[in-house]
Amino acid sequence: MVTYVLRRLAGAAAVLWAAFTVSFLILYLLPSDPVAIMLDQGAGGERVDPARAAELRERYGFDQGPVRQYVTLLGRTLTGDLGTSISSGAPVTGLIADAFPETAKLAGLALLLALAAGVGIATLAYWTRAAWLRDLLLALPPLGVAVPGFWVGLVLLHLFSFTWFLFPAVGNEGFASLVLPAVTLAIGLAAVIAQVLSQGLREAWRAPYVETAFAKGSSRARVLGAHVLRNGSLPTVAVLGVLVGNLLGGTVVVETVFSRQGFGRLVENAVTTQDIPVVQGLVVVAAAVFVLTSLLVDLAHPLLDPRVLRGGHGGSGTGGGAR
Amino acid sequence: MVRTRPHHTTPARTTPHRTASHRAAPAAVAAALVAALALTGCAGPDSASGAAPADPTPGGTLRFALGAPPQGVDPQQVGTNVSIYVARQLADSLTDQDPATGEIEPWLAESWDVSEDLTRFTFHLRDGVTFSDGSPLTADDVRASFDAVAGELGATAPLAASYLAGYEKTEVPDERTATVVFDAPNAQFLQATSTVSLAILSEQTAQADPAERLQGDVVGSGPFVLESYTQDQGAVITRREGYEWAPESSEHEGDAYLDRIEFSVVPESGVRAGGLASDQFDAVGDVLPQDVPQVEGSGGEVLTRANPGVPFVLQPNVTRPPLDDPEVRRALLVGIDRQELVDTVLSDAFRPATSVLASTTPGYADQSDQLAFDPDEAGKILDDAGWTTGPDGIRVKDGEPLEIEVTYTPVFTGSGAVLELAAQQLRAIGVDLLLRQLTAAEQTTAQESGDYDLYYYNVTRADADILRTQFSTAQRNLSLREPDDAVDPLLDEQLGEADPAARDALVADAQREILDQGLAVPLFELAQSIGVRGDVHGLAFDASSRLLFHDAWIEQD
Repeated sequence: MVTYVLRRLAGAAAVLWAAFTVSFLILYLLPSDPVAIMLDQGAGGERVDPARAAELRERYGFDQGPVRQYVTLLGRTLTGDLGTSISSGAPVTGLIADAFPETAKLAGLALLLALAAGVGIATLAYWTRAAWLRDLLLALPPLGVAVPGFWVGLVLLHLFSFTWFLFPAVGNEGFASLVLPAVTLAIGLAAVIAQVLSQGLREAWRAPYVETAFAKGSSRARVLGAHVLRNGSLPTVAVLGVLVGNLLGGTVVVETVFSRQGFGRLVENAVTTQDIPVVQGLVVVAAAVFVLTSLLVDLAHPLLDPRVLRGGHGGSGTGGGAR
Repeated sequence: MVRTRPHHTTPARTTPHRTASHRAAPAAVAAALVAALALTGCAGPDSASGAAPADPTPGGTLRFALGAPPQGVDPQQVGTNVSIYVARQLADSLTDQDPATGEIEPWLAESWDVSEDLTRFTFHLRDGVTFSDGSPLTADDVRASFDAVAGELGATAPLAASYLAGYEKTEVPDERTATVVFDAPNAQFLQATSTVSLAILSEQTAQADPAERLQGDVVGSGPFVLESYTQDQGAVITRREGYEWAPESSEHEGDAYLDRIEFSVVPESGVRAGGLASDQFDAVGDVLPQDVPQVEGSGGEVLTRANPGVPFVLQPNVTRPPLDDPEVRRALLVGIDRQELVDTVLSDAFRPATSVLASTTPGYADQSDQLAFDPDEAGKILDDAGWTTGPDGIRVKDGEPLEIEVTYTPVFTGSGAVLELAAQQLRAIGVDLLLRQLTAAEQTTAQESGDYDLYYYNVTRADADILRTQFSTAQRNLSLREPDDAVDPLLDEQLGEADPAARDALVADAQREILDQGLAVPLFELAQSIGVRGDVHGLAFDASSRLLFHDAWIEQD
């Protein structure tokens, strides 16, 4: 178990380093220049004195060679200093520290809602004996994946905020402001969970042990709860790590539609102004979240399926995270 | 030296009179960027939000939804409209520009003298002004504010720095007097002192770190003070007690009416309009044409004012074909139906451009004769220049099709639709206009490398010197043209011309000459479009079409 954890941790560190390096390369290779962009915005269309721009480039170290910049940045990042935003001068760690809890709340609630809805739909579909109900329930996930979150958000706003004022349209204050964005974010996620889980359940229903269980006189509910769900949920647990990563991506759209402070808004604004220190900081944090959830999923996997630890072939058929 | 001392004691909103008409000439610069504006129609109701039903009632919180995040809250460092909506309320300027007349009036300076050669500007400060930290306004604060812009701060305050180009020093003969000295004549400076970019901040602020200033470390003398600012989210400002120095263009003296203004950033225009209609906001910025019915349907109103400065134009790069051919540029001028652009894809708030200056700019001269839509004439110009119509309707010369690429960013939301319609119009005269949409970042890069045929942009400035900073070969010069003896001398001379009428004449000539050479194809004037609820009154535009909240009030139940 210890080697298993250590191996996972080393892999996590490598992923973080790779994310940092690749994002640096991409940002460095882009032809545009963050200082010029920032000045252009502040100048409101007036001409910018090139000497002033050069002065700023020097201040931010952009006048140095790529290797030097990379080493400086990496060294700083390792000590926990992510630098300051070019467009606003605010420390990047502070910006992320302000934004992250807001997004964590949003993503956390969305994940809970998505799990409840996704698991609910899939289990109900395989619990019910009514074929029409199963068909109806199984038609929901493709629909949920197909509708764009942007549109869902605007419809929800229109109904539940503008027409009936049940929830505020914007902002981060209180639980009420969290509901509509979380529902918007959860829909796509619930659809994926329901899809993967129902596929797992379908396969599990066909397994020989199900017949054995019925032969022993177990009820339909017990067979589903004790046998089918446990085995059929392995693929779902395996994709959860990836889904959490998608969740972070989804916040870009949802936080913009609902004007919420958070990680997604920070990403959007940093990318449009090409605020390199902020973008790099966000990449590192996002990679860390991704790596951490994958790690948790990997560690949880043996609990559901002890065969993983015993080595050899995993029994789930899909394989977990980063094996 | 000639002194101008406008009367300041009368409470009435009269234009300050100037004494000593016999020595008017040079000093009248102080007065005068004026009279031509009567022609422009901008003297209309700039600030009226509805017929006020009763006397203003103080108190209450105004919730304002901004369309984009402010860059920060430092008046001297910010340049975008939304940033200025917030920052303008925190600080005052030496002078005020009357939005109705364009005239420069007293504010923190109760009077000023301008040297005959326009290099020395002496401001006599008003008594009794204090900053929000309680310290009194002195000439040292003026010096410190300007020294900062001319020094290290200037790197991140490009707009303010451009207004202070040629700055030598500020002399402080006594506590109430500051003389700003330039190394060359500077006719634009007086108007610049009325802008938010050259607002006066406390000496302590002037010495603060630029980044910290942007985040909120600013102390000004404005009618509101900053309570909080969150990057990308918004800001809260609160009324300051004891504000006794509102400019004359303001509707009332004394403290602002509103207790508090909460600015939040709401990027989706539909959400802003829906939030206004459902009483989640009291006022919203950037109302798009499609959202106007929703705002008006809920009893609200859309306030508009055209931005002064350079309207939205297509500026040709004259160094590469086909726009190196002046005849092609001339054909573009008359090949676009500006009225149709406004009627079809914009709204009543917008006006077709009638010059290379917007009609709300002091010094604007109507050039609509040069811009009258005449597709037959455009076709004839191109025929005569040797561009013959090819089989697909696009003209060809020496085997090269008449393809022109326009580089633009969708910063103003209507831009894409405007350009698509313009492309249709130009196609009718055999010009293939290709749209190249870029992000702000990419456009900056294109600008630096000169990689564009037509550059689409606008600039806000309530002084005709904007023509020089945009078109002079020593300045921004997006046309990349060589120095000449037609446009450049006019642009340089107006900066040294003390007599306002003579300066207006130079500026009018410059507008005509720029269009004659086809150095810009004006399209339409940008307008600010602010939605307000029916119970909100007194929200006003300043001369640069940015919002002022000092007179704003909400009906209290």
